[in-house]
Amino acid sequence: MMGAAPGIAAWGLMTGVAMVKSGMGTLDALTMALLVFAGSSQLAAIPLFIAGAPMWVILVTAFCVNLRFVVFSAHMRGYLMHLPRWQRLVTGYFTADLTYVLFVRRHPLPAQDADGRAVQMAYLAGNACINWLSWVSASLLGVALANFIPGAWGLGFAGVLALTGILCSLASSRLRWVAGAVAGAVAVAAYALPLKLNILAAIGVAVLLCMALESRPAFAPKEAP
Amino acid sequence: MTAASMMAWWDALLSGSQGGTLLTIVLMAVITVVSRSFFFISGAEWTLPRWAQRGLQYAPMAALSAVVIPELVMTQGVFIHTVLDARLYGAVAGAAYFFWRKGGGNAVLGTIVCGMAVYLPLHIGLGW
Repeated sequence: MMGAAPGIAAWGLMTGVAMVKSGMGTLDALTMALLVFAGSSQLAAIPLFIAGAPMWVILVTAFCVNLRFVVFSAHMRGYLMHLPRWQRLVTGYFTADLTYVLFVRRHPLPAQDADGRAVQMAYLAGNACINWLSWVSASLLGVALANFIPGAWGLGFAGVLALTGILCSLASSRLRWVAGAVAGAVAVAAYALPLKLNILAAIGVAVLLCMALESRPAFAPKEAP
Repeated sequence: MTAASMMAWWDALLSGSQGGTLLTIVLMAVITVVSRSFFFISGAEWTLPRWAQRGLQYAPMAALSAVVIPELVMTQGVFIHTVLDARLYGAVAGAAYFFWRKGGGNAVLGTIVCGMAVYLPLHIGLGW
């Protein structure tokens, strides 16, 4: 995790700068950096905030962008069910992408006894601490520094590029490419819809189309879903 | 909750988000908790319906793409009519770096750095 921390910090810094540069108030950007703790959903929410989209559209979008965590949580369930519920929720909150990936790489199977569980939870907590510290401190620094950078430089574009990188990492099968292409096209074509509903329309059309295409041999999955 | 605060909350939910920005941010944090804890919130044994599991794997890609693509090819709600737009080349350069590195290491960071290295000279230097 220490090795990945500079990368996390750089991305946090850019997210902080991007939040302010795309027109969010400093206070809102600070609150978001401290509380939300989910870079991709923060970045996806910013254009919606700026466009004045209604709250429920922002929340649905944030949840959809976060759906990968729902999949991770199914995997983490076996490791965490021995904890009381509030500890599970706290653990869940702090388990971001990299924390999860590194944890299941180090511990491929849930421990069977108390000692093993203590070792696993210690690794997870240490991991999460480093991740949280580097992300939040860098985000706050980014929010602070953004005010000294001229808007004309277009540094907010770094946020779009970060989302582009995550998008590329998700494009792991042919059908996901279809989902991305269809959703992008629908979002542009339906841009005139009020309340940023073009985003929801795009998600709906892309997901339904991909589910319909799944049974076609040309799109047979090469990997287990 | 008083009637007035209920009304304000309802207004924020239905109309523009400006008034309820703070509330929206707090609820986004709640969504972080709910999505990351989804399958271990309840102690009971249960599974997501199969159709939902199938749909789930396409939704993140669709949601991100629906946010990103308009940010690349539209200006103030209108489809761009020029290829002299720094955003296009920045995004292509970033994606090219990502696939060149096959997503390994800090590929997302590299995507940002590489994309900005192409975007900034075109945007600031040439005004694209």
